[in-house]
Amino acid sequence: MTALCALLVRDLRLAVRVGGGALIGVLFFLIVVTLVPFAVGPDLALLARMGPAILWLGALLASLLALDRLLAIDHEDGSLDLILTARVPLELAVSVKALAHWLTTGLPLVVAAPLLGLLLNLDPKATGAVAVTLLAGTPALTFIGLVGAALTVALRRGGLLLAVLVLPLTVPVLIFGVAASNAAIVGPVPFGTPFSILCALTLISLIIGPVAAAIALRQGLA
Amino acid sequence: MSLRARAGGPQMMRLVGSDLACVRGGREVFRGVAFTVGAGEALLVTGPNGAGKSSLLRLVAGLVQPQQGRIELEGCDLELTIGEQAHYLGHQDALKPSLSVRENLGFWAAFLGGDAQKGDAALAAVGLNRLAHVPAIYLSAGQRRRLAVARLIAIERPIWLLDEPASTLDGAGQAMLTELMRAHLAGRGLILAASHGPIGLEGAQELRLGQQPDQRTQL
Repeated sequence: MTALCALLVRDLRLAVRVGGGALIGVLFFLIVVTLVPFAVGPDLALLARMGPAILWLGALLASLLALDRLLAIDHEDGSLDLILTARVPLELAVSVKALAHWLTTGLPLVVAAPLLGLLLNLDPKATGAVAVTLLAGTPALTFIGLVGAALTVALRRGGLLLAVLVLPLTVPVLIFGVAASNAAIVGPVPFGTPFSILCALTLISLIIGPVAAAIALRQGLA
Repeated sequence: MSLRARAGGPQMMRLVGSDLACVRGGREVFRGVAFTVGAGEALLVTGPNGAGKSSLLRLVAGLVQPQQGRIELEGCDLELTIGEQAHYLGHQDALKPSLSVRENLGFWAAFLGGDAQKGDAALAAVGLNRLAHVPAIYLSAGQRRRLAVARLIAIERPIWLLDEPASTLDGAGQAMLTELMRAHLAGRGLILAASHGPIGLEGAQELRLGQQPDQRTQL
């Protein structure tokens, strides 16, 4: 337990110090979402209808941005070798790394989403719905991305391959995230139905992600 | 192939590798390598570049799977793999540039199950106690290696796997490392070191790799 806390604290510290890039994802999110009103034009009704989808797409792309740092940096400086020889199960160690990654890149997106909802003419109820679905859905993005990060860990400049690998796997999360937001705003489906499926997807990825990532890391070393 | 250890008394710790073969990237690096290292003994792995010195150490640490053969650790905790009882000091020093010297060591001590109280003593032993608050990015290559060596002292593990441990150290640093290795051997530890030159340990066995070029066939 001490070991896992130490890993969490270290990764959080690294993220907020120089070169950690904790806020890059939020800035990217901000820019992507700000560009949309310029591209679509000042059609407020259209913006409000597209709003949840735009916020979700922006969050998806922003959470991809930092994924290649999740394990690759530890691989480059030799830390991953030591993590593999630790007495902590590798599955738990990568879970904690993914948790630290979500706290520094995913959670800020959830916090920024209501702010950006203003730019897209979303009313408070719609903004709240998007924020709640992002809170439930972004951990799934990180933990699915963890598998991709483990698969591409030994590749230099594996970032693009990582995006190509991970994006198709995030389609269900995107579908149910946007569906739940729209259900809360326009109906007719009750919010709970797609939202429960979104939560289920997150719970599944919380289990499968670390196990698959640990297998990929062990295979990659063979 | 079992990396799990067999039972025995604590004084009987013995690391035995038999008939080991290693393949990296489709090329056979070595074959038929065998060694035995007992408690308080050191094994110096030598050989030309590409002979597989680093691969052998990674193999013992469990970071690479052997093509054939087995490595067994006799007389130790049955629940732990060899890698979990070994320190692996590779070419990279596993330091984070934005963390301070003390934070780097403190993290590994906590994560690898060491004693956080020993951190400062370990820093003093490698001569870095005055740099404890300096971010690791400002350290020279030799100082980085000293900090990596401090990890060996701050966390107690019976097996040391050292890959070119002295490569970036100055004369004083090499003497310091030799002293630490002697102390580790005196405490019934095991050392496997890959090196081109002598490491200053008397009575160390030598395992020379890459002497049979006819065996190094393409797969």
